[in-house]
Amino acid sequence: MEFFTFVGWLLDNPDAGFLPKFIGVAAAWAVGITVFVSVAALFFVWLERKVSAHIQCRLGPMEVGPHGVLQTLADGLKLLAKEDIIPEGADRFLFALAPILAFAGTFVSFAVLPFGPDLVIADLDLGIFFLAAVGSLEAIGVIAAGWASNNKWSLFGSVRAATQVVSYEIPMGIAFVTVAVVAGTLSLNGMVESQNGMFWNWLVFRNPFMPIVFISYYIASLAECKRAPFDLPEAESELVSGFHTEYSGMRFGIFFIAEYAAMYVVSALAVVMFLGGWYTGIAPVDAWVAKSALLANLVGAIVLITKSFALVFLQMWLRWTLPRIRLDQMMYLCLKVMVPIGMVCLIGAALWQGIAGVPADLMGDSQRPAFPVVGSISGLVCFLVATVGGWIWVRGAIRGTKSYQLANYKS
Amino acid sequence: MSSEAARTLTPVPAGLSRGRMLDQDGDLRTEEMLLNMGPQHPATHGVLRVVVRTDGEMVIDCEPHVGYLHRCFEKHCESVSILQSVLYTDRLDYLTAMGNNWGFSMAIEKLFPDLVIPERAQYIRIICQELNRIASHLLAIGTYGMDIGAITPFLYCFREREKILSIFEAICGQRLNYNYIRPGGVAYDVDDRMVQTIKDFCAYFRPKALEYDDLLSKNDIFIRRTAKVGVLRPETAIQYGCTGPVLRGSGLARDLRRDMPYGIYDRFDFDVVVGQGEAGALGDCYDRYIVRIREMEQSLRIVEQAAAKIPGGEYRSPKIKGKIRPPKGEAYTRIENSRGELGFYVVSDGKDIAYRVKCRAPSFHNISVIPEISRGSMVADLIAIIGSMDIVLGEVDR
Repeated sequence: MEFFTFVGWLLDNPDAGFLPKFIGVAAAWAVGITVFVSVAALFFVWLERKVSAHIQCRLGPMEVGPHGVLQTLADGLKLLAKEDIIPEGADRFLFALAPILAFAGTFVSFAVLPFGPDLVIADLDLGIFFLAAVGSLEAIGVIAAGWASNNKWSLFGSVRAATQVVSYEIPMGIAFVTVAVVAGTLSLNGMVESQNGMFWNWLVFRNPFMPIVFISYYIASLAECKRAPFDLPEAESELVSGFHTEYSGMRFGIFFIAEYAAMYVVSALAVVMFLGGWYTGIAPVDAWVAKSALLANLVGAIVLITKSFALVFLQMWLRWTLPRIRLDQMMYLCLKVMVPIGMVCLIGAALWQGIAGVPADLMGDSQRPAFPVVGSISGLVCFLVATVGGWIWVRGAIRGTKSYQLANYKS
Repeated sequence: MSSEAARTLTPVPAGLSRGRMLDQDGDLRTEEMLLNMGPQHPATHGVLRVVVRTDGEMVIDCEPHVGYLHRCFEKHCESVSILQSVLYTDRLDYLTAMGNNWGFSMAIEKLFPDLVIPERAQYIRIICQELNRIASHLLAIGTYGMDIGAITPFLYCFREREKILSIFEAICGQRLNYNYIRPGGVAYDVDDRMVQTIKDFCAYFRPKALEYDDLLSKNDIFIRRTAKVGVLRPETAIQYGCTGPVLRGSGLARDLRRDMPYGIYDRFDFDVVVGQGEAGALGDCYDRYIVRIREMEQSLRIVEQAAAKIPGGEYRSPKIKGKIRPPKGEAYTRIENSRGELGFYVVSDGKDIAYRVKCRAPSFHNISVIPEISRGSMVADLIAIIGSMDIVLGEVDR
């Protein structure tokens, strides 16, 4: 069933031809997604300013609206009213096309990104593959922007962006494959449905390798969004503003919205792939909610968006805490650390699935977790070890260093 | 590809396309790019212009161009009275204006044969100078974090610096250009309430070092960005006349406060902090950074000792009143400012206007070593190197 009655009517109406159906459905979704993306981006920009402010002992925007919620709207209006400058010597066509490409890449991702059980434009069988493909389109926009600007700093930014794409795409792709192996499907809806039940059924806890894959994916997703510590293409202290140095007005605004929309896309994808998608993680609640399609979609959307927003908040938290890593270090991390780890996890997860004796009907039952109890417990333990242990280890390593003790000796 | 190889190019053998070059290792070389970093660039700390020759992300060569902030400081001093010249010294290293005032005043005082600076003035001078050093190092650390990409430490540093500036504001009415330490003493007295505020600040500031450790000093990314980057060998530092934290970061324990004590620095107990190469190499960016962090601790020790035993009495010498007319002669004095040795050479012909003033600015010498240590690094490293030098262009250009 479809959530929008209009869409439902169009689809159920046998009299409507293919084209009106297509256009109607597309228009309805396009409007819906545009509104969601714009509002989410506006909210994220405001949230980022508030998060950064509170991390930095400041208040952040307080003037426009209560606690400055409308500040981004005011800034957006300002950007709209600004002169649209195309620098002399720029490749005018590419210069104008680049922000559209960057935005389109992110926007198209929403085609397969589910918001609820039925709230998805197209539940493609190769959904995750589609996302990986169009997600890279944004990088093309960024590279084009840097090239078209005819500015050396922009060129630096775009070359860095290209370097970054070829680095993070590989561990990210490996993470996708691992998830597909464990979930037994490439469809995003299928992935979420395979995580039904209690929260230990979530893919992140499915076996001991999945927490590592989740962390690996999250790091790669930071790089995809060009967020700190991977904000190399726009490193403002090094490259002025990187690829969008020459952009002003709404063209810059579109880059901005695309960046914040991409933050939502990668976070929502992490939720869909690892954190149970629209399921609350408490089986009785999900079972009760599932009785009504409307309720299931409503609650599902709220749950999924809340989880995604939490991950977006984590991205912001990281950005305002960590310094930027260098280009070679980014490539080292992505290609020499995350790829081997991802490969090990892929093989481990595949073996885990295989040893459990996947039923003869592979396609039908493979969504059932192998060694459900052992897998979940070991996954939970591994997750805890990875997070808590890692934190303790880092703190211990800090306290133990000679420089720490030197820096903190009391006179 | 080593940096040496990068500079010496050999033409490709016939057959490869035109414009392609091979270096000595036989790698295919790409075209070089000439980049103008500055004078308007977020990481050049003012109006420094660095012309960088890059090969991709690699810096082949760079050359700092200075002079965008030239204000004829020395010439000004020859045309206004000495008391007015003190005001111009504020604008040299505007982040450590107390030190500039003191350095210039010391040169003038040296011209007077038997001028005794009152004890209280000496203590006030030391408190102000060391507090100002902390404020200056805080800004250096904060902006350095920003150069590396961490924005939050900058605001933490400013939070603390704000408290110091408030103390200065209460003492002399100014927050940046103090014009407070003058020939013969200081401009205004400090009351007991102010001394208590300074003591409170010391107690408040000491634990704050932990926050910078968590955010920067012990941050793995920060260490990886600064360790073994821009290694300044001790002999290079000496050759280029580097002083201050830049020299001490290279492991050379030279601090005028200890080696040639001026004022009453010989009465205080403090350590000269030197880099130890603990993150990687001796004299790398991390060493220069960590020296500043630990120097703040030492400055705090001095402030605490001085605030504990500040005597009463005069705050300026009664001998110097009205127009300052030093006797004929010349004097050179140098002090350990927060960026290094700040020297003033003053020639007097007996009038109230100096005949000639020459300023030896530490930043000018520190800046000149940047090309030497940044060859062969990456563009991001160049930013880290410039930041670690902690230059103030007001002092470089004078």
